[in-house]
Amino acid sequence: MKQFFISFFIFSAGIAVLVSLMFLSVSGGSSDIPFSVVRSALLHFDPTDMRHLVVADLRLPRVVASALVGAALSVAGAVMQGTTGNPLADSGLLGLNAGAGFAVALCFAFFPAAGYVYIVFASFAGAAAGAFLVNFVASMRRGGATHMRIVLAGAAVTALLAALSQGIALYFNVAQDIMFWTVGGVAGVGWRQVAVLAPCILAALLTSMLFSRSITVLSFGEEVAKGLGLNVSFVRLVSFVCVTVLAGASVAVVGAVGFVGLIFPHLAKFITGADYRRIIPVSAILGAVMMVLADFASRTLNPPAETPVGAFAALIGVPFFLYLSRRQKRAT
Amino acid sequence: MQTAYQIYKRKIFMRNTLVAAAGILLLLAALVVSMNTGYTKLIPSDTFRILFGGGTDAENLILYQFRLPRVILAAMAGAGLALSGCIIQDVTKNPLADPGLLGINAGAGLAVLLYVLFFGTATFLAVFTLPVLALAGAGMTSVLIYLLAFKKGEGTSPIRLILTGIAVQAGIFALTTVLVINLDETRFDFVAMWQAGSIWGSGWKYVLALLPWQMVLIPFVVYRSRVLDVLSLDSCAACGLGVDVEKEQRILLFCAVALAASCVAVSGNISFAGLIAPHMARRLVGPKHSVLLPVCALTGAVTVSAADTFARVIVQPSEIPTGIVTAVLGAPYFIWLLTRK
Repeated sequence: MKQFFISFFIFSAGIAVLVSLMFLSVSGGSSDIPFSVVRSALLHFDPTDMRHLVVADLRLPRVVASALVGAALSVAGAVMQGTTGNPLADSGLLGLNAGAGFAVALCFAFFPAAGYVYIVFASFAGAAAGAFLVNFVASMRRGGATHMRIVLAGAAVTALLAALSQGIALYFNVAQDIMFWTVGGVAGVGWRQVAVLAPCILAALLTSMLFSRSITVLSFGEEVAKGLGLNVSFVRLVSFVCVTVLAGASVAVVGAVGFVGLIFPHLAKFITGADYRRIIPVSAILGAVMMVLADFASRTLNPPAETPVGAFAALIGVPFFLYLSRRQKRAT
Repeated sequence: MQTAYQIYKRKIFMRNTLVAAAGILLLLAALVVSMNTGYTKLIPSDTFRILFGGGTDAENLILYQFRLPRVILAAMAGAGLALSGCIIQDVTKNPLADPGLLGINAGAGLAVLLYVLFFGTATFLAVFTLPVLALAGAGMTSVLIYLLAFKKGEGTSPIRLILTGIAVQAGIFALTTVLVINLDETRFDFVAMWQAGSIWGSGWKYVLALLPWQMVLIPFVVYRSRVLDVLSLDSCAACGLGVDVEKEQRILLFCAVALAASCVAVSGNISFAGLIAPHMARRLVGPKHSVLLPVCALTGAVTVSAADTFARVIVQPSEIPTGIVTAVLGAPYFIWLLTRK
């Protein structure tokens, strides 16, 4: 009961922080817009006012997208960690982001006229392919896949796919279009993109919430889950689809931002305990807050230049990853 | 009458000579092809004519000031990175090791990038301080990676070492990006190209800056090849043979780091070359280092020269970074290494 209250408190406080941060982020940037103008732009929009246009068409969509992507990446990590039992699971580390990025690069090179919806679907397919490839590589060797081995396979596959994406981008002269995908950033996200992504991400978040009980049971181990009468392969499949959609949609917006799915599920688990019914919403909020904050920082540190969001995520994520991987038992 | 051992030795000698000759021929061929390709095409006979002093001013300029230094730089960088990879693989007994994957290149690059971005490469002297800076950065990074990967009672397992290296590399790249973007927007491109592995230092002064390092380090490590032979056995055997294992390991690893750092200071972050070239060389001539190291330098030089040529040919008149080509070649090999016993 105590943990329920703690989780509830964190969740509601997180939402409050998130909303105020989003407000702050919309008002700040290369030109500051006072809060009163932001409020009036939201409440009674005036298309002739330049500042209203900046708020409604430039800043708001990217802030909303940041929040969605932060939540999506974070929950993808949580679901992966819960269903595979691998504490190092993250969509960036296990090749999903690289696969999605590669698919996006292919799309830009061969179907430059493809609509945003197709790019997003290609991104889903790429994420799934990346995940399959990494698991295949990791499980090829006799003795099976240890957690560290899976991550190493993820790094190798990521190196390959990232190099191929960059090569394709330069070869087909679409590097300018793809550049921000490789470094990670929400620049240039408009309502059109948000309209495609929001339903996908929200549906996947909701599905993972619905299955959070089963994920909790599965996180105790496959034998335990089977013993308790859980349909393990069905839950795995649903989780996999959710993770693919979450990671794929995120990559289609911000590109290769890693480590978000690594940090926040662990933080959420530390705060709320081992129950994924609480871990998933809390890590979603934490991820969203972090992403909005990172986007805000990236715009305000040195305007008009933008520091890629992925760089911030890596700066926080790498020490955390090193700490987690040190705690792993002997890897062979 | 020849004993079986003598016949065996002769066969080995013949094989090594053959491999070395083939390697040198391949390298020469790669260099010539590499000199011919580029925005202005030259056919091999042109190249030879210009080399022997029969070129016009424009041809001389292209060949001597642009092509030749870059071609030589690519070959030198390949040789240095391959030797570095070979030494690290054998000293740490880790077949997956590569100076790029271990984050050594990234550490060297951080130092170089910061220097170039704050002070520029305008002065002649600056180019010569670059390898020293790179060595400082790479040295600190490798000590950091070793300490992070080391665990009491377990030592450093191969996978842990590589994973730590990859993570540290990601961190350093992120740090570089954050630092650089606050300087200047256009400089971001320079960093991005460096990280992708574009051979940026093209000019004789970069060749001159790299030359003394290789002149000292390569003969030294070849001279130490017997010690390397012993070190690649397990450490009990090495102790029994009278080698101060830890001291020798430290010396050789320092040489490996210095080789990689000096190369990376003038070429971009070329990864996977230090992984595949030693493996190729080992397949060709076996594990004896007095033969393996020179052949390894050859395979490395051929690999990077070929990759550099390919990188310049594929998207004319533009080019893609050489490191991307080596990664596309090397990453599948790395994956294959992961899957087998």
